[in-house]
Amino acid sequence: MAELAASSAAAVPPSRLRRFLDSDLLWSFRRSPVTVVASIVATIIIVGALTAAWIAPQDPFDLASLSLLDASNPPAWLEGGSWAFPLGTDNQGRDVLSAILYGTRLSLVVGLSAVLLALLIGVALGLMAGWRGGFVDTLIMRIADVQLSFPAILIALLIDGVARGILPREVQSEIALYVLIAAIALSFWVQYARTVRGSTLVERNKEYIQAARVIGVHPVRIVLGHLLPNVIGPVLVIATINLALAILTEATLSFLGVGLPPTQPSLGTLIRVGNDYLLSGDWWISIFPGVVLALLILSVNLLGDWLRDALNPKLR
Amino acid sequence: MIAFVVQRVFQAVLVMLVVALIAFALFNFVGDPINSMVGQDTTIADRERLRQELGLNDGFVVQFARFVAHAAQGEFGLSYQQARPVGQIILEKMPATLELSFVAAALALLLGIPMGIYTGLHRRALSSQLLLSISLIGVSLPTFLIGILLILVFAVILNWLPSFGRGTVVHFGWWSSGLATLEGWRAIIMPAVTLALFQMTLIMRLVRAEMIEVLRTDYIKFARARGLTNRAINFGHALKNTLVPVITITGLQLGSIIAFAIITETVFQWPGMGLMFIQAVTFVDIPVMAAYLVLVGFFFVVINLVVDLLYYVVDPRLRIEREQVAGG
Repeated sequence: MAELAASSAAAVPPSRLRRFLDSDLLWSFRRSPVTVVASIVATIIIVGALTAAWIAPQDPFDLASLSLLDASNPPAWLEGGSWAFPLGTDNQGRDVLSAILYGTRLSLVVGLSAVLLALLIGVALGLMAGWRGGFVDTLIMRIADVQLSFPAILIALLIDGVARGILPREVQSEIALYVLIAAIALSFWVQYARTVRGSTLVERNKEYIQAARVIGVHPVRIVLGHLLPNVIGPVLVIATINLALAILTEATLSFLGVGLPPTQPSLGTLIRVGNDYLLSGDWWISIFPGVVLALLILSVNLLGDWLRDALNPKLR
Repeated sequence: MIAFVVQRVFQAVLVMLVVALIAFALFNFVGDPINSMVGQDTTIADRERLRQELGLNDGFVVQFARFVAHAAQGEFGLSYQQARPVGQIILEKMPATLELSFVAAALALLLGIPMGIYTGLHRRALSSQLLLSISLIGVSLPTFLIGILLILVFAVILNWLPSFGRGTVVHFGWWSSGLATLEGWRAIIMPAVTLALFQMTLIMRLVRAEMIEVLRTDYIKFARARGLTNRAINFGHALKNTLVPVITITGLQLGSIIAFAIITETVFQWPGMGLMFIQAVTFVDIPVMAAYLVLVGFFFVVINLVVDLLYYVVDPRLRIEREQVAGG
């Protein structure tokens, strides 16, 4: 971990673009066709989600544009389908493609925010535990141990359930998004905290930290300015790998009916809603969001794996 | 050895107490238990009397001790939603979840280990590469999506298997079993496969990685030099040493099977504890949530404990390390 930070800090001079083009990272990227394909798929899905407001054939939240006459249309290439609704419509006449584009956006927002929040919590607690040691360290790490012995999905479910109990019913669907982000983040922070604590314990005794202490730099500045840059590397790799997991957790919670409500459907919610029509033969309502979700998770997973291997000095 | 066991058991009890504390906090701070019991026209004096009778005015420690004592006897009060004792509801639902989990675990082990051995021994074979690629997709596909796909193919299109429920159940005392009838077995196939798939790929990859690692070691090379048969080397020496980490991971996975059963049970409307828990979360049925939490916590703690002890028994190196740490 430390070597990694040192090697990237050592090469300073040429321009940033030049350095990027010459880097090992890009070289290993071009050498792996699977990674290139994965990044193309991920880019298509992400761009589609970001530009949903412009490229979607229909605004799925504008009830005025929905017509029950168009309900349960099959995809365009099947008998009875029309190119106005390329992937068919659901039971209310909502265009499945548009719903997927908007849903992917929500899934990505929740996944990214949850990972960022978990990163923030985990790194802060990990730094605190590793730097202060003693009672703080014991307390944080015991909590982490207890939490780690349960699967993340169970903890996220529990936090979600508690939030439902505490919050009044009226506001629940409005803030479901934030509750979901918090629930996922609170079930994911442990891994970051443990990693950061581990590297902090190593870095804490190195000479540059001791030197900073001796010349009287404020502890907060030492931790944030000197220690943090040297322990953050491995954490960022974990974050990319966790992104796929966070998206998956969001989809699972929404599918179970405790995530995002049908009024603001993510991919998981769309699959849940479509699942009710599966037995009557309207498979496209749930299968297409499922395919997009699977492709998204698979490609993000592959990118994360590649990044981990590319940045691992042992594998070079 | 005894010191280690005592330490682990102590730790397990501590974890259980923390879980109980969370469950207890659920009862006390999420909504007012009195409000959820009485009607709107109950007078304040009546409410106060009920509060006194139920012991809700006692100190925190007293209440918590009472909660733990009741929980240890399986008493978690009445479900808000069904107005029945929670212990009774859980007892009804438990066989369904446990049967599903055991069938899934057996499936994962019986398929995962041989597949792992095969792909580890024949690393370059096309079939191994194929298995690995499929397993990567299997890991990436969400559990519920696999379930939906199975329902679409085998229940809707082919109409071979039932899409939901347990089929016919036979009662043996309080235990209701779906495994006594053909219909029950037909109903369990899809949920069990869905639940097992993730663990199976995990076990397969683990066994494969361990096999490859062990086959590289000197003692295997030496065994080959001595002219032992491939069979003796692969299964007598290599496999035995790969199984140590497999035991740990599999044991820990057994716990996650019970947790992931929540998803599978929702997809297949399997009437187990997972489905019960999801309904409790949706309806904010706190007693059911708390009871499930304590129960699953108990399962996990026991599994972790057993795995730790098993590991300690199986791997002699751990014993030496522990003793050195304790001594130094």
